Amino acid sequence: MSAYNFAYLDEQTKRMIRRAILKAIAVPGYQVPFASREMPMPYGWGTGGVQVTASILGPDDVLKVIDQGADDTTNAVSIRAFFAKTAGVKTTTATTEATVIQTRHRFPETNLGAHQVLVYQVPIPEPLRFLEPRETETRTLHALAEYGLMHVKLYEDIARHGHIATTYAYPVSVNGRYVMDPSPIPKYDNPRLDDCEALQLFGAGREKRIYAIPPHTKVVSLDFEDHPFEPTKFEHPCALCGSTMSYLDEVVTDDAGGRMFVCSDTDYCETRQREGHIGHLNAAAPQTCPEAAE
Amino acid sequence: MYVAVKGGERAIENAHRLLADKRRGPRDVPELTPAQIDEQLSLAVDRVMSEGSLYDRALAALAIKQARGDLIEAIFLVRAYRTTLPRFGYSHPLDTGAMQVRRRISATYKDLPGGQVLGPTFDYTHRLIDFSLMEQDAVPAPATAPHAAQTAMPRVADIIGSGDMIEASPPDEGAPVSDLTRDPLAFPAPRDLCLQNLARGDEGFLLALGYSTQRGYGRNHPFVGEIRLGEVQVEVEVEGLPFAAPLGAVTLTECQMVNQFVGSKTEAPKFTRGYGLSFGQCERRAMSMALVDRALRAGEFEEERKGPAQDEEFVLSHSDNVQATGFVEHLKLPHYVDFQAELALLREMRGENHASHPEAAE
Repeated sequence: MSAYNFAYLDEQTKRMIRRAILKAIAVPGYQVPFASREMPMPYGWGTGGVQVTASILGPDDVLKVIDQGADDTTNAVSIRAFFAKTAGVKTTTATTEATVIQTRHRFPETNLGAHQVLVYQVPIPEPLRFLEPRETETRTLHALAEYGLMHVKLYEDIARHGHIATTYAYPVSVNGRYVMDPSPIPKYDNPRLDDCEALQLFGAGREKRIYAIPPHTKVVSLDFEDHPFEPTKFEHPCALCGSTMSYLDEVVTDDAGGRMFVCSDTDYCETRQREGHIGHLNAAAPQTCPEAAE
Repeated sequence: MYVAVKGGERAIENAHRLLADKRRGPRDVPELTPAQIDEQLSLAVDRVMSEGSLYDRALAALAIKQARGDLIEAIFLVRAYRTTLPRFGYSHPLDTGAMQVRRRISATYKDLPGGQVLGPTFDYTHRLIDFSLMEQDAVPAPATAPHAAQTAMPRVADIIGSGDMIEASPPDEGAPVSDLTRDPLAFPAPRDLCLQNLARGDEGFLLALGYSTQRGYGRNHPFVGEIRLGEVQVEVEVEGLPFAAPLGAVTLTECQMVNQFVGSKTEAPKFTRGYGLSFGQCERRAMSMALVDRALRAGEFEEERKGPAQDEEFVLSHSDNVQATGFVEHLKLPHYVDFQAELALLREMRGENHASHPEAAE
């Protein structure tokens, strides 16, 4: 890969992206336009996150890439391999070891520290896009902090469904100023963005926007006094590690309605299992009822 | 007992290996060479160069081979390569009036200086499958003109323009040209940016939009003033050289559309223009581009915007097929975290529904 620069992008491009990142950090939640490049993976597959990661990565960084919380999903594997090849950086699946974590659709279960940067892949950065398709309009609405449209949408959800019917990409207010799309993370993760010790960067390649939440910034999920924000709750513990404190994936186990729930964060789940936490369907669990194991 | 699925890395590797095998196909069929693609599927190469925004026949042909003939995939390969290339300067504006013309037709004049030159065209072929092409075919050499066809061929728009009947081409004020590959697209977009966007836009998208203007969604009464195909010299300013240095020639298709006239009490009515330009021989895209260019100028002529083709944000935001295919196809990526969140809410809502109307849920 010597034909390409460290971490693929040329230094001029990285400088341009770093300037956008600095601006984004200076104005938390504001979407900074940047001259996104064509990357060797398709738009919609994390090109924004990849460009942000490429621009902040140094030779001493340790990179972790997750998709749906897991290190072994195909796109996470592909992006990790891309940086291992083009930057030669050390990669890891351990959240605590990583200095840069690129993610799609999840905030890791393990708390992040001040030495870490979380890079989100963002498909549609504009939280108002599905209420107002025109960029010229939405930019004006942000400039005026005119977010009535969003509150009306949430209110209509309650009137129609009895609930706010947004379960992921749930809008947040950042630093009391900009309404921001936290990317399609489940709303379960939203509270984790608030007062986070790590720097959070958001990259949208196709839409050519970068935004940021600096460390210890106030991030509030939009709600109403009488309908407060509620993260998704699970009725089951993780079947593999027994955790009741994590976001779970539903795994269909047969064609007769059998299903189990396991942590979406594979590193968190495996670490707990290594520490001796064993869920009720884990192969290492004591076999009390052999038929149930089928 | 459940064991979490692992081995994504291996699976990806094997999928790529299988893909390479499928690309090659049965080994007893001779392998396609990029030169064959370049010479015999040359219109595919032209499209890949146009939408890939890179004039390099060999590279485009190779990309088509690698992409197994999927042209959008080939365009993507070319774009991803292009973005890594350094910029060392900008050429002078091309002079299509000085084109070495191989084809030139006008629908507005029966005859005109330089004449109508049909050139290589499908236009009057009968679309009958030629079964003789199943075998290797001895194709006779083309007929040649008795004289070199190098009489002057003024552009039709200039012929109309000499009588002040058509709006003047905007003067070159030497202002820097917009470049959407170096600056994020912002609205409202100036015309040069619109033209750049359309020039690399998806042919099918431009065709459908152009067609929609003909069917009343932003009608602009087009006439094909001229379509010309041929070679144009590219010249670049080199420091220390007293003249512009020629880099070589590129093949271009240019379409000048003559459109609906405008005028006012103070100004005599004039035809307006729509402009289309493409690498290689891509008449369909050059014509479609010209129709959409004119449609997008609705604001300039204070026309009511009634069709999607006149809507700048709609057209410019959705014309790029590399962006479009990426975002459509990303739906293949796992979304189970978000789907789970939706499932949980739906179950909760159905539970409440069941509690309040137990009989209805039976």
